[in-house]
Amino acid sequence: MFLIECPWCGERAETEFSYGGEGGITRPAEPDKLSDAEWANYLFMRTNPRGAHQELWNHAQGCRRWFGVERDTVTYHISRSYVLGDGVKD
Amino acid sequence: MQVNRLDKGGRIDRSKPLKFRFNGKSYEGYAGDTLASALLANNVSLINRSFKLHRPRGIIGSGAEEPNAILQIGKGAHTLPNRRATQVALQEGLVARSTKGWPGVRFDIGAINDVFSRLFSAGFYYKTFMFPQSLWNLYEDLIRGSAGFAKAPKKPDPDRYEHINAHCDILVAGAGPAGLMAALAAARSGARVILADEGTEAGGALLRSDEIIDGRPATNWVETIATEIRGYEDVTVLKNSTVFGYFAQNFLTITERTEGPIRQREWRVRARQVVLAQGAIERPLIFCNNDRPGVMLASAVSEYIRRYAVLPGKRAVVFTNNDAAYQAALDLHSAGATIAAIVDSRRTGAGDLGEQAKAAGIPVMPGHIVTNVSGRKRVTGVKIATWDGATEGMVDESIDIACDLVTMSGGYSPAVHLHSQSGAKNAWDDSLSCFVPGEAVQACESAGAGNGRWSLRDCLEDGARAGKVALAKAGFDMPDIAVPAASSQAVKPLEPLWRVPAAQDPDRCPKQFLDFQNDTSVADVRLAVREGYRNIEHVKRYTALGFGTDQGKLGNINGMAVLAEALGMSIPEVGTTTFRPPYTPVSFGVCAGESVGELYDPVRKTAVHEWHESSGAEFENVGQWHRPWYFPLPGEDLDAAVARECLATRKSLGILDASTLGKIDVQGPDAVTFLERIYTHNVGKMQNGRCAYGIMLGEDGMVMDDGVMARLGDNRFYLTTTTGGAAAVLGWLESWLQTEWPELEVYLTSITDQYSTIAVAGPNSRRLLHKLSCSVDLGNENFPFMSVHDAELAGIPVQLFRVSFSGELAFEVNVDSNHALPLWQTLMDAGEEFDITPYGTETMHVLRAEKGFVIVGQDTDGSVTPIDLNMNWMLSKEKDYLGKRSLSRPDCLRTDRKQLVGLLSEDNTTVIPEGAQLIEDLSAPEPVPMLGHVSSSYMSACLGHPIALGLVAGGWNRKDEVVYAWAAGCEPIRARIVSPVFYDPRNERQND
Repeated sequence: MFLIECPWCGERAETEFSYGGEGGITRPAEPDKLSDAEWANYLFMRTNPRGAHQELWNHAQGCRRWFGVERDTVTYHISRSYVLGDGVKD
Repeated sequence: MQVNRLDKGGRIDRSKPLKFRFNGKSYEGYAGDTLASALLANNVSLINRSFKLHRPRGIIGSGAEEPNAILQIGKGAHTLPNRRATQVALQEGLVARSTKGWPGVRFDIGAINDVFSRLFSAGFYYKTFMFPQSLWNLYEDLIRGSAGFAKAPKKPDPDRYEHINAHCDILVAGAGPAGLMAALAAARSGARVILADEGTEAGGALLRSDEIIDGRPATNWVETIATEIRGYEDVTVLKNSTVFGYFAQNFLTITERTEGPIRQREWRVRARQVVLAQGAIERPLIFCNNDRPGVMLASAVSEYIRRYAVLPGKRAVVFTNNDAAYQAALDLHSAGATIAAIVDSRRTGAGDLGEQAKAAGIPVMPGHIVTNVSGRKRVTGVKIATWDGATEGMVDESIDIACDLVTMSGGYSPAVHLHSQSGAKNAWDDSLSCFVPGEAVQACESAGAGNGRWSLRDCLEDGARAGKVALAKAGFDMPDIAVPAASSQAVKPLEPLWRVPAAQDPDRCPKQFLDFQNDTSVADVRLAVREGYRNIEHVKRYTALGFGTDQGKLGNINGMAVLAEALGMSIPEVGTTTFRPPYTPVSFGVCAGESVGELYDPVRKTAVHEWHESSGAEFENVGQWHRPWYFPLPGEDLDAAVARECLATRKSLGILDASTLGKIDVQGPDAVTFLERIYTHNVGKMQNGRCAYGIMLGEDGMVMDDGVMARLGDNRFYLTTTTGGAAAVLGWLESWLQTEWPELEVYLTSITDQYSTIAVAGPNSRRLLHKLSCSVDLGNENFPFMSVHDAELAGIPVQLFRVSFSGELAFEVNVDSNHALPLWQTLMDAGEEFDITPYGTETMHVLRAEKGFVIVGQDTDGSVTPIDLNMNWMLSKEKDYLGKRSLSRPDCLRTDRKQLVGLLSEDNTTVIPEGAQLIEDLSAPEPVPMLGHVSSSYMSACLGHPIALGLVAGGWNRKDEVVYAWAAGCEPIRARIVSPVFYDPRNERQND
């Protein structure tokens, strides 16, 4: 079970969190203007790296905030967790 | 009679005799015995039959490595399958049985397999039972019946188990000399320490040792140190506790076998630093018939003699490739056994211990090997050959020696299991001929024999070192700790002997077992190589090497060496198989912990639940909610009750507790902008006080959830979700707000529990509310369909929604949950004159199906777009919303997609089973093309015939076509495709 640092609540056990998939994927501003292939790329394609992976986690059983985590998919080492967007805690 | 019990010595309590039964016979042992030591004390050497060949098997080890003595412990619901007799503490009245052998372990019909053992080579099942493939199911039943070990209990487990979460600075796994030193250092420094050991007492290998520490017997030293450690406030010492899993971020799991009202406890420990000191496991030697009862590990022989005062044989041959087994010979000798010979494969013989053996008059045969064993249910002798160290070819086994015990040692393998589980690699140490822990990848230190330190002095030093390193990393000051004095003997190095040459070719000689539990022999591994296997993981799966409940703790390393030899590779090139948790088997009971029965899942009840219960409702589980399913009158079954409830609602008045609907309050200046992006319809065009049916799509365009949403003000909305989708929808909305659109100022609050919802439906619903002096005008002009008003009802403040999930004139009353039960009662009393009828989820489903309203998750399955549901009218063309772009992907535009249709059985009486597949042509060859399936199906009392909804490929162009609905166990049913709206298609009733 991972130990994950919520930027707001501190280190907590993985059971308090839910996983939100790969982070850093921005929703296209004008989906209508995208080709089917471009839209499919946004919708389905993920980098699935061997190594450092940017992911979204939600402190579902705590403050319910979403935040970013950098986790190594080979060693499971979590190198950092961070506030999304402007990086300012509100 | 405990014929093998020594007169004195051992750590047993002779004042506490304990009676126990094994395979129906009574025996006696002592407190402090394990089941294994007690059986040996009673000279029971035949303990079990082997898995595949049903060969007689005895006890070979004394701990977690035991592959043979896997027994069924206890009876009835308390029974424990597959327990190692070597780790079962003897208790008064204990009942144990062999897990294999029919009719019994002494005479076992299945032993015929051994006669034909050449047939049962590696891959036997794969090769034999694959043809004809259609019979595999039959074969599988037979194989599963004859294989397997113990019997699982048939009744629910009456015992209690629990989970404990714990944190510590230093977790020490293993309380042998190294673990004790590490724990002592940690305890003295004031750290929070957990010291866990799988044994009944601390000491590890010292409990079978006659070594001296600081001038006194090692066991005295253990007692002193263990007492000191236990005395520190922040130290938890767990005995009978196996650290069985090592997971990411130093999370470790321990099972504790307790003696209190809790049968077992699972500790889930987050440790800042870990010291792994689980010791080492002795390896077998791989000679012909090395599985015969009476062949035993040297460490086990010492343990039975010194710790349990049991002499496992009278006349022993000791066979070794290292010095450690000489200690067993000395122990046997001083306990009164005759040592026929120490057969040492090394021509150099042993160091100091060898001198002691000679001094004791024990004959030593350096440069010899034991090649074969005679005796079937018990060893009667061995064959011995001189050996020049050549691994190729055959030897001449010219020497016969009679004995009843073969004591073997192939050296030691550090127990690297937890280290490997932590994600780290093992490193091959050529000088020690074993894998040792490689560089750690988590915050842990290996120590002692588990780190390849064999002598006691080295173990004590290494334990203290590991403790100090862990403390330093955890930020503690160095404690004052001196390493106690212990002797260190001159030792001649081990010479690897992975496979003992035989008098015959290794592929033809009597079986040389590598894996005793799975009957995997040297010949099996060699055969796998001849058949093309190269990778150890594949060979493992093909030959079942290391596949048993012991996970190959004993002979896996020998198997890897045999594979390496056959492939012409080195052992590190072949590598090990993956070590996975658990270290030893863990019972299901302790995995589940407290989460069984009533505590399995929280139960949610609505505020009106009491009333439903006292009114005799039958309940169904919807997620965690207990919802009334139907309200039977005396003598009514489900069908009768639902028919009555439906008719009453359609004709006059029904009442439904809809409180479980998910409810979300949405506020903020950007609420409209936000909801426009979430819902498919034009939210911004909604007037204050109006409601709309809304659907949400995933970005893939598939329907995710639906519900009524209401605009309560310019910047305030109220959303309802499906009962099961409430939490997920809230999470979904939050995720978009927080990750994608943080610039929007919107606040979401779940109010599912705070507000209860009571639906009153039917032509008399308006009259009912009037009767209760409703504070607002309920007429169509002031209060049209799909609108909302704050109101007072019988003096109780409520929020009134004119919405309908039944197709009738209907209102939903939202009320503070504290007032829900009195309001429900008030409505029931006032409704008496209209024959008000409470109804449950089943009637709700029938009423909505008659109207063709879908239930997301029942009529949809994550592959259904709103277009497939004929909801194009709800899809705004003027804005973007989640999932919109996906609706124009080519696949979503196909005209042969599965579309929502109604279905009527042609005989007008048969209710089609839900889930039935729809096919076009009964005579079509297999595989028959599936047109779709039936998603909802009910008898409609109102219409007087059954109705069904289904998804049919190109269904809208198939109006009035006849298809066949076919479910398992039923005859095909002819069904006609019709509109999904069966009742009041022009919606006159809800608008009335």
